[in-house]
Amino acid sequence: MRDTSPPALVQVDGLKMYFPIHSGVLRRHTGDVKAVDDVSFSINAGETLGLVGESGCGKSTVGRALLRLYEPTAGRVIIDGEDIAQLSSEALRKKRPTMQMVFQDPQASLNPRMSLSSIIGEPLVEHTPMTAAERQGRIYELMDQVGLNRRFANRFPHEFSGGQRQRIGIARALALNPKFIVCDEPIAALDVSIQAQVVNLLEDLQEKFGLTYLFISHDLSMVRHIADRVAVMYLGRIVELSPRDDLYARPLHPYAEALLSAVNEPDPDRAKTRKRILLKGDLPSPANPPKGCNFCTRCPKVFARCLTEKPDLVHVEYGRQVACHLFDPINTASGSTGGSEDQEHLQHGVTQ
Amino acid sequence: MADGAAPVLDVRGLTTVFHTRQGEIHAVNSVSFSLKRGEVLGVVGESGSGKSVTMMSLVGLLPAPPAEVRAGEVLLGTSDLLKMNAQGLSDVRGAKVGFVFQDPMTSLNPVFTVENQICEPLIRHLGMTKQQARARAVELLDLVGIPDAAKRVKSYPHQFSGGMRQRVMIAIALACEPDILIADEPTTALDVTIQAQILELMKDLRQKLGMAIIWITHDLGVIAGIADRVMVMYGGQVVEHAPVGEIFHNPQHPYTRALLRTIPKITGQREKRLSVIEGQPPIMTDAPRACAFRARCAHRFDRCEAENPLRRTLDSLPLGIGHDVACHWSPEGADA
Repeated sequence: MRDTSPPALVQVDGLKMYFPIHSGVLRRHTGDVKAVDDVSFSINAGETLGLVGESGCGKSTVGRALLRLYEPTAGRVIIDGEDIAQLSSEALRKKRPTMQMVFQDPQASLNPRMSLSSIIGEPLVEHTPMTAAERQGRIYELMDQVGLNRRFANRFPHEFSGGQRQRIGIARALALNPKFIVCDEPIAALDVSIQAQVVNLLEDLQEKFGLTYLFISHDLSMVRHIADRVAVMYLGRIVELSPRDDLYARPLHPYAEALLSAVNEPDPDRAKTRKRILLKGDLPSPANPPKGCNFCTRCPKVFARCLTEKPDLVHVEYGRQVACHLFDPINTASGSTGGSEDQEHLQHGVTQ
Repeated sequence: MADGAAPVLDVRGLTTVFHTRQGEIHAVNSVSFSLKRGEVLGVVGESGSGKSVTMMSLVGLLPAPPAEVRAGEVLLGTSDLLKMNAQGLSDVRGAKVGFVFQDPMTSLNPVFTVENQICEPLIRHLGMTKQQARARAVELLDLVGIPDAAKRVKSYPHQFSGGMRQRVMIAIALACEPDILIADEPTTALDVTIQAQILELMKDLRQKLGMAIIWITHDLGVIAGIADRVMVMYGGQVVEHAPVGEIFHNPQHPYTRALLRTIPKITGQREKRLSVIEGQPPIMTDAPRACAFRARCAHRFDRCEAENPLRRTLDSLPLGIGHDVACHWSPEGADA
């Protein structure tokens, strides 16, 4: 469907983000935290890519490296035809208006000493030659768009509730008419009844302005609602990238399967009958990932090859990419295709 | 759960206010509920709905000014906790009532080993010797599924991961085999796969030990999986109370109904657009004289402005056992 469409707005190739570890008296470089390790994906214009995973899997780091809030260790990030990772600082500054970010914690990402209109107006001062009057007009326009009352223009962030603060953050991100917005857990800090308000707002704005989103979240139900395609990350790598409906109906990667089975459904009858795949243990440290597949220490379907060799993210079905040896044609000959009903039962035998 | 059995905990008309510079905040308004042995009561509500304050009021965990427990009875067995002195309450906490909080990092003491912290209630409440307590600490860690318990017991909290720390918290809460375990958002700070581990552990422990659990959360998915009965709170009041199946399949209060509709589904038909509850939760600066939800309610009418609805039972069962709701409106007729 989407694969055939013209060049993607965002194209990420082999993105790596390592944070060096220095230790000893001489602070020698003794290792790296491989927060993001060889991640590639693309996002088409007007599309929402969901990026899910548990804390520490590197999903927020991907979002930040994408906008070059971190200096990526390696890889190309092409946004709207230019490689962000290579741009000089001046060229990057000129590029900033096309790409914006909405942060998780609206409390921490808004300057408490700036009024609402100076927060929303700051990008306009930085990047446009607008006069004060033009700016004020644009600020009001933005406030209308995100559903903030114009009377609040001179108030300060602490006077607003969490949901309203997130609206301020969204208005700021919209100020320069961006094409691409990274939403880093934009609803995680909000109450359930407020989350829906913010998500609806994001969807309305996308429709109105043709925005492209990278929606980073750990809330799998919300991602199902908002995303067109979903990438699942584990320990710095993408393990599966599939169209939304395919992923939720039939996850291919064992981690994606376990993650989806762990979601609590608000239905007591289903809660009683459903089968959970309980993963053993915790996430390994990204400073010292397993030698083979990153998931091999917890995977219920692990076999010899997983312990020695990292699987690549490859196309296994139309539009679906998976990084798992189970889907390698060499192994499918021996019958371990995965994903079938039988396989599921076998798996429960192993895990419970 | 035999309906005739005497409750282990019976709370009646609990009212808590906070004195602030801006005046009084009525955080808990005449909350009543009861809990039977081996039962899990889910308490649902948004931040500021009074769910945590209610539970902290029960056992005197709120700092006395600014908080004031103004009225009510909290019967644990036959004794009223609100009439107890500080010494009596500290005998109850840990021994009869265990607590598990949301953030295990801030509720564990970082400078003591886990062993030290599990032994403390054992020595304090059960009069065990150090040696007995140490042996028991290892058993408890084993019970909550910490591998290699004998070795791990000597570790400090920072040496555990988030999920493991929460297991340690549960071990401490269970140390004296309390009658009641109050779990305040115990899985909120955890990842979904770890959350699933903890939920299974709690279900398992409840079967083994038969304690009653009060599970506070804003996550309706968690409630569906673990609770027997559910109490929905809004503006410091209980707005609906029912067995778990009734809450999800036959919700009566407009707030409960709206709340259930705002959550996106993980299976089945994907919703085109999320339904929302417009507006913000109220700040209770006054004792409720009108319905607290009226400003956001789709079904409000004149009476909601004039009179705070009392809980009324929908079946013949007494309040706090069957299905009851605090609302003037009723979905019958409206739905038809």
